[in-house]
Amino acid sequence: MIKRAVVILFLLGLGSLFIGLMQGYIPDTELNQTGRYYAEHTAQDIGAANIVTAIIVTYRGLDTIGEVTVLFLTAAIVGMLLSRGNHKGKSLQRELPQSGELLTTGSYLLVPLILLLGAYVFINGHLTPGGGFQGGAIVASAILLMLLTDPLRHFSHQLITVIESVSGLLFVSIGVLGIFYAGGFLDNRILPLGEFGSLFSAGAIPIIYSLIGLKVGAEFSSMLVNLSETEDS
Amino acid sequence: MVQIAMATGFILILMGLYGALTNQNILRIIVSFSVANTGVNIVLVAIGYIHGRTAPILNEAVPVAEATARIIDPVPQALVLTAIVIGLGITTLMLAFAYKLYERKGTLDISKFSELKW
Repeated sequence: MIKRAVVILFLLGLGSLFIGLMQGYIPDTELNQTGRYYAEHTAQDIGAANIVTAIIVTYRGLDTIGEVTVLFLTAAIVGMLLSRGNHKGKSLQRELPQSGELLTTGSYLLVPLILLLGAYVFINGHLTPGGGFQGGAIVASAILLMLLTDPLRHFSHQLITVIESVSGLLFVSIGVLGIFYAGGFLDNRILPLGEFGSLFSAGAIPIIYSLIGLKVGAEFSSMLVNLSETEDS
Repeated sequence: MVQIAMATGFILILMGLYGALTNQNILRIIVSFSVANTGVNIVLVAIGYIHGRTAPILNEAVPVAEATARIIDPVPQALVLTAIVIGLGITTLMLAFAYKLYERKGTLDISKFSELKW
């Protein structure tokens, strides 16, 4: 009882802090300096229609490498924690009920479409809302649907690892090419900027974001596959 | 508009923390952390909103020349994109650890794990 009272007291304190923050908050009416710089310079410098993509892939590309690394680290730790080891055989698998006609047939129809949508989202990341991370998550959701249909389905860990490492390696090498052929690490102007607003524009951004999409999709899939393969009771 | 979104975010943070501090089941604690995480993201996005403006994507609706006057702040959006991905990674890690703990003790009740209690 005392514990709950302490918790409520703590949350009341935090809540009054939040109320103070909200009352003191004055919404901006103009873009601040950083935002204005991006709004004015993205179109001619980067050539990407989606300013958020320009920030993530080019202006703050180094941070994105860090983010992808964190994600890789998470996938690796999950794989390490949940690796089954040799002490347990595969004989413990219990009988699973059939997954049902609707789910099975529906997944045959939907999985290719979801994969296509994922690829569309990450290839068009520089023009429309979306990009590598969102597209990667959509691709992984197709894997999730396949796992729901058949929980015992075996996915090749090796294939996932190869996709992930190759796309990560290419991502960093394109970044290094930027040092030699353009202004710096991860500069997108190693390729011509092209016509603003078309698919082949914004230099290397579509390529980099597609690679990020593949890498993120592979990482999410490996997490899903690892989590699903733990079901042994 | 901004105030509504911000209030929702703050309420979600408080709800998430309440759930995380009072629940005994580890899975419920993980869900509570996800709720709090969503609240933080909503507050961040709300701060970047400017009344009467549109998304930071340049197309027919937002010509390049008028961009400064027509778009909202793109920086918080990029930040939240990062935060969502990292939040997902943290949730996955917590789930993996919860599985490991269950494997060890056969229970998910947090009060049974008292090795580090003082």
